[in-house]
Amino acid sequence: MTNTPSFYGRRWHDMGGSKAGPILDETHDFALWEKRVDALMVLCSGKGHFTVDGLRRALEDMGEAAYEEMSYYERWIATISQNLIEAGVITQSELADRMAQVAVRGDTYGEASRA
Amino acid sequence: MPHDHHDHDHLSPSDHPYRSDDDVPLTYWQQMEIALRELLIEKGVTTPEEIARQIDAMDARSPANGAALVARAWTDPAFKERLLQDASAASRDMGFDIGPLRLIAVENTAQVHNVIVCTLCSCYPRNLLGLPPDWYKSRAYRSRTVKEPRKVLFEFGLTLPDETTVRVHDSTADMRYIVLPARPKGTDGWDRDRLAELVTRDSMVGTGLPSTPA
Repeated sequence: MTNTPSFYGRRWHDMGGSKAGPILDETHDFALWEKRVDALMVLCSGKGHFTVDGLRRALEDMGEAAYEEMSYYERWIATISQNLIEAGVITQSELADRMAQVAVRGDTYGEASRA
Repeated sequence: MPHDHHDHDHLSPSDHPYRSDDDVPLTYWQQMEIALRELLIEKGVTTPEEIARQIDAMDARSPANGAALVARAWTDPAFKERLLQDASAASRDMGFDIGPLRLIAVENTAQVHNVIVCTLCSCYPRNLLGLPPDWYKSRAYRSRTVKEPRKVLFEFGLTLPDETTVRVHDSTADMRYIVLPARPKGTDGWDRDRLAELVTRDSMVGTGLPSTPA
């Protein structure tokens, strides 16, 4: 290897013991779209369309940038979608086409949620 | 900050800025959630009602469930034994629908203080206590708790005696923990409901202690 590896024997998500700043005692009320992501995860895994390990693998493959730049449920919806595509429940083009339709329905989540 | 708000195209009908949660433009990931949900409904994988029921079920879970377990363990030695042996079974005995959660209760004593974390992701006894607070999922909490737990606890306002052993439990998706805090002094003769009011979420994560009797 000519490049210096960006990690030494462990991947980015394996962060126990790493240096980090203060813990901010913060929390937020979950938005409806976040609760829906959570519900889709529980329902789809409960019906056997993917496993927790499948979700974890997709999450961990997203890399460090995703962890720093995306919110928790943003990472979840990405990994749920990927697992459902891999399982053959939906196709990538179905998802892309529907997202394009959703995007032009309105400027806010509420407007776009109304099919 | 209304006085910094120069974008008058985005005022509500009453000429006030929209609340920030209504004001945000639709994001790419929200589009994905909407699109995925619609496709799953159309394909018969789930229904809008099932999704709504699942959201209600998760919303109904809260630290109060854990507080009821703890308060019973404080007053019922046989139950405490069962809780420490098999916390999943003890939770189900109390009527809590915890799904497939495998739960392990760890007891705080005069000698030992327990803290839970998930360094690899965000595993939390969510099927009993509800969704975790944001800080539990934060990089700072996940990274530091296994390395410098006393410093982390100090930041949560908890200073433990030097002679207390601090035991950190790293959760996984298949094995999650709940701390059984020590019963506060001055609560002799209290009934379970009154005791449960002292049991905070953080006292069951180990980043806090139960409230002290007023």
